[in-house]
Amino acid sequence: MARKKKKAEVSGQKQYKKRSIAAEVWRNYKKNPSAMIALVLVVIIVFVAIFAQFFYDFKKDIVKQHIKEKFQKPSAEHWFGTDNYGRDVFTRVIYGTKYSLSVGVVAVAISCIVGVTLGLIAGYYGGFIEDLILRFCEVFTGIPSILMGVALMTAFGQSIGVLMLAIGLVYAPMYCRTTRAAVLPVRDQEYIEAARVAGVGDLGIMFNHVLPNALSPIIVQVTMGVASAILCASGLSFLGLGVPIPMPEWGAMLSEGREFMRDYMYLTIFPGLAIMITVLSFNLMGDGLRDALDPKLKQ
Amino acid sequence: MENNRILDIENLVVRFETDDGIVRAVNGLSLQLEKGHSIGLVGETGAGKTTTALSILRLVPDPPGVVECEKLSLDGRDIISMPIKELEQIRGKDVSMIFQDPMTALNPVFTVGEQIAESIFLHEDVSRAEATRRAIDMLELVGIPGERANEYPHQFSGGMKQRVVIAIALACHPKLLIADEPTTALDVTIQAQMLDLIRSLREKYSTSLIMITHDLGIVAEICDEVAVMYAGSIIEKGTLEDVFNRTKHPYTEGLFNSIPNLNDRKAMLTPIQGFTPDPTDLPSGCAFWPRCPYACEVCKKEQKDIRISDTHYVRCSRYEEKDFRINRKEIS
Repeated sequence: MARKKKKAEVSGQKQYKKRSIAAEVWRNYKKNPSAMIALVLVVIIVFVAIFAQFFYDFKKDIVKQHIKEKFQKPSAEHWFGTDNYGRDVFTRVIYGTKYSLSVGVVAVAISCIVGVTLGLIAGYYGGFIEDLILRFCEVFTGIPSILMGVALMTAFGQSIGVLMLAIGLVYAPMYCRTTRAAVLPVRDQEYIEAARVAGVGDLGIMFNHVLPNALSPIIVQVTMGVASAILCASGLSFLGLGVPIPMPEWGAMLSEGREFMRDYMYLTIFPGLAIMITVLSFNLMGDGLRDALDPKLKQ
Repeated sequence: MENNRILDIENLVVRFETDDGIVRAVNGLSLQLEKGHSIGLVGETGAGKTTTALSILRLVPDPPGVVECEKLSLDGRDIISMPIKELEQIRGKDVSMIFQDPMTALNPVFTVGEQIAESIFLHEDVSRAEATRRAIDMLELVGIPGERANEYPHQFSGGMKQRVVIAIALACHPKLLIADEPTTALDVTIQAQMLDLIRSLREKYSTSLIMITHDLGIVAEICDEVAVMYAGSIIEKGTLEDVFNRTKHPYTEGLFNSIPNLNDRKAMLTPIQGFTPDPTDLPSGCAFWPRCPYACEVCKKEQKDIRISDTHYVRCSRYEEKDFRINRKEIS
């Protein structure tokens, strides 16, 4: 309120336009056509993931079997055909977006919270703590992600929650290392010293001053991370360890369709395409963001 | 007398224990500052000026830094034994600092208004909106239109950034302001503006000031007292007149001789010979003797504080000899 009043007082003078960093990044991002296409696709995918459940009924449209209509070719009625239980593949692919995307997003959120916090601590404090965290990360990155996922899924049982947690933990070390690398140059900046002189505590400096300045590589990593998490989730589902049947997860659909691939290849093509388009969109968006955030490319 | 001191440092020693040896940054520095007074800390690069300033806020990086002293009190409160929580309250509230380079002293991801408001919000019991309002007042006080509070540091020029830095430092009306070469990164016209600004704000809030600089002109402009530092200790201290007009220490003399003389443009400068000593390997006795034109055998062994007057003292053993004089003439 006070601020508004102040603004009103000085109206008539030249108003300076607030040009935030986000606006700057958007300006750069817009120049990249493939990234823009990717962004549009991502928006559509997110939209589909959120709203598909309102158009289709899980019991009636997704899992109910119509054995009489099984293995129908793509047609006007069934755009992507029907599977071995006569379920409409198009509906299932659309509905499955929810699972793939939520697994991707939640898994990335988990690895982000764990990894970024650890990376921030490692980069900010340095010394023994840093060594400890980094060695720990190296041990984790040494194990292939799918193998790690398989181990965690078999240990904790098969459910969507465990899948999210498993993938989240598998990718956490990557975020830890990215964050640490981004924190190192920021830590020694004079404005961090200035914040300390102003009486800001360690936690405040870490989260309010260091993190915002180290955010760009983390943002890029997150977008790319969603793609790899989706791929990893689909991989695990394909192996029969991910989202439990009969949920229409893309990897699980691929796995089911595999048996009939020789005669009814559309059972695998469409879920595969869905995975491909989603992963590609997120990756292209990540690329675009990286270019937009990279200060070296700024003119 | 005690209560009138904003700052009291007794025998401060700071060393950095690195893999390559022990860097002796500050060696037995004592400094007292009365409330409302201002002192200039003068010396070459690496003389330990900034380290001294950071020790006052207990911000010397540890490890590798080790800080030892007999006494370090701020406004009567002991800094050395103070818990971190209290220290954080003192930093920015009772003592604040202006940094050398305004280009890097502001956080690029926050608007300048937010950065000034943060300090107020942290230390005073006010709402965010109130802090923001006061931040805008503060901006106007340092001569920046209030509506620019919503802008980011990269939208400001160097001089304006330094104004913002000064606004942040003075936002909570600190009792002691440490200015660490506040004008070094600015051009001369802006330097004068900044000094005027600091002086007027200092008078307004009766803030004590430690001005760290290597520019004797700035000291003459803004300080009541001068302390000349060399190799981590104060080698001469006194009022402006004491040090400028009745210079005693050979090193201070050397500094004055290194200033170009506007009246005699063809005159050669007489710089001090040699380099500042390696802080990992300081000479014995007086640290200045290898470069000192007056050095004798005594200087290699010991250095003594000699009191010239109530306000003026010099750390030079040669003044024990009754008739020792340096070449620079006294101006009365």
